[in-house]
Amino acid sequence: MLRAIWLIVRKDLTVEVRSRELAYTTLFFAVSCVLVFAFSLVQEGRAAEGVGAGVLWMAIMFAGNLALGRTFERERQSETLRALMLVPASRPAVYLGKLTGIVLLLVLTEAILVPLVALLFESRLLSHPFWLASVVTTGTIGFAAVGTLFAAMLVRARSRDVLLPVLLYPITVPVLIAGVRATVAIAQPEFEVDVVQFWLMMLIAFDVVFITLALWTFEPVMTD
Amino acid sequence: MTSVDFDEVSAEDVSRHFGRRRAVSRMTFRTSRGTILGLLGPNGAGKSTLLAMLATLLRPSSGIIRYGTLGTSAGAALRARIGVLGHDLFLYPELTARENLAFFAGLYGIADTNAHARAALERAGLGARSEDPVSSFSRGMRQRVALERALIHDPRLALLDEPFTGLDDASTGVLVSRLKTLRDSGAIVILATHDLDLAEGLLDHALFLRDGRIVEAMTAPDALRSTYRSVIGR
Repeated sequence: MLRAIWLIVRKDLTVEVRSRELAYTTLFFAVSCVLVFAFSLVQEGRAAEGVGAGVLWMAIMFAGNLALGRTFERERQSETLRALMLVPASRPAVYLGKLTGIVLLLVLTEAILVPLVALLFESRLLSHPFWLASVVTTGTIGFAAVGTLFAAMLVRARSRDVLLPVLLYPITVPVLIAGVRATVAIAQPEFEVDVVQFWLMMLIAFDVVFITLALWTFEPVMTD
Repeated sequence: MTSVDFDEVSAEDVSRHFGRRRAVSRMTFRTSRGTILGLLGPNGAGKSTLLAMLATLLRPSSGIIRYGTLGTSAGAALRARIGVLGHDLFLYPELTARENLAFFAGLYGIADTNAHARAALERAGLGARSEDPVSSFSRGMRQRVALERALIHDPRLALLDEPFTGLDDASTGVLVSRLKTLRDSGAIVILATHDLDLAEGLLDHALFLRDGRIVEAMTAPDALRSTYRSVIGR
């Protein structure tokens, strides 16, 4: 199983390094999003408290939706998703391979996005890098876990571009809330570790529940 | 993963509906090792749907498909013994021919993936182009790579949908001889084709399909064109 996951992740990364399509579009979209919010919300060099956290998570979710749709569009164009369904690797391994590739791409985007948001909105955002990295990574995994399942399910639907966000955003609202609240707590002048830990545990619980559900349902939903 | 094997493939009263449309209707047939079975019929006859069900990509709406004593519940172990060449070629255009074959060889559990991929590309006459991206290949060259992808794990059951598409005369000759070698090595080959001239002399059995039904079954078929005209064109 681990070998199959590794092969799929390596394949996705190789394709991405060759085309750079997802990295450029996701990053460009996320940075544009942050800049637009910065122009409207930052007055005289200051933004209202907590705005940076909201902007960061909105940018992650919008960019994530774009990346999810596009990565499965690639598999659809040459029907390679069908080929992945034909190999003897377990279907959960295929799911985990695609999920890992998307998470890596989003983490790469966030590595540029977080300092940009810190620069424009919240200078204290980077004061607790361990906690921030934990929150952003677990939130990204939760969002991508649901998104990977839905994007794979919708790959043959004609209106998949519309349906993906319609299905994805309502279900990932808990990730958005927990991510924003934890990020706001991290950027407070008086760092409250209990608050951050609480929301981080919520994110971990969401990840465990939705990855388990996705592993359980991926095989039946991918077989017609 | 437990290794499985089988000597025959059978379909019993197999049907597949898409909503109200019946793509395959109550098909029953059996084919065994060392034979090539041809599925012949016009567009929309149900050939590709039948191949997708045999490949475990689609579940029959009713009826049973058996692989020896195994059902589709054998899952990954069964898929390890099936090779599929579809209408779409199942290749990543950004990857080189070697990378494509090595990727799938790895997923089929083959140890030395690069050596396997290179050997397969030599067989396809594409050894010199192994490091070129598939996007730079002609349709015929992609078809040859796709065939090697389908056969890279030495499957017991090879399911080929229009395998001669885009091939020139020389490549067609190579493919015909490859299919005969596969048959002689004990594989079960099921191919859907419109090319009756090529099918003649290659097939051991033929099923003529129309509107999702088997309308004629022949063993050691000859005079395919006239039979096709009489059972399909009528």
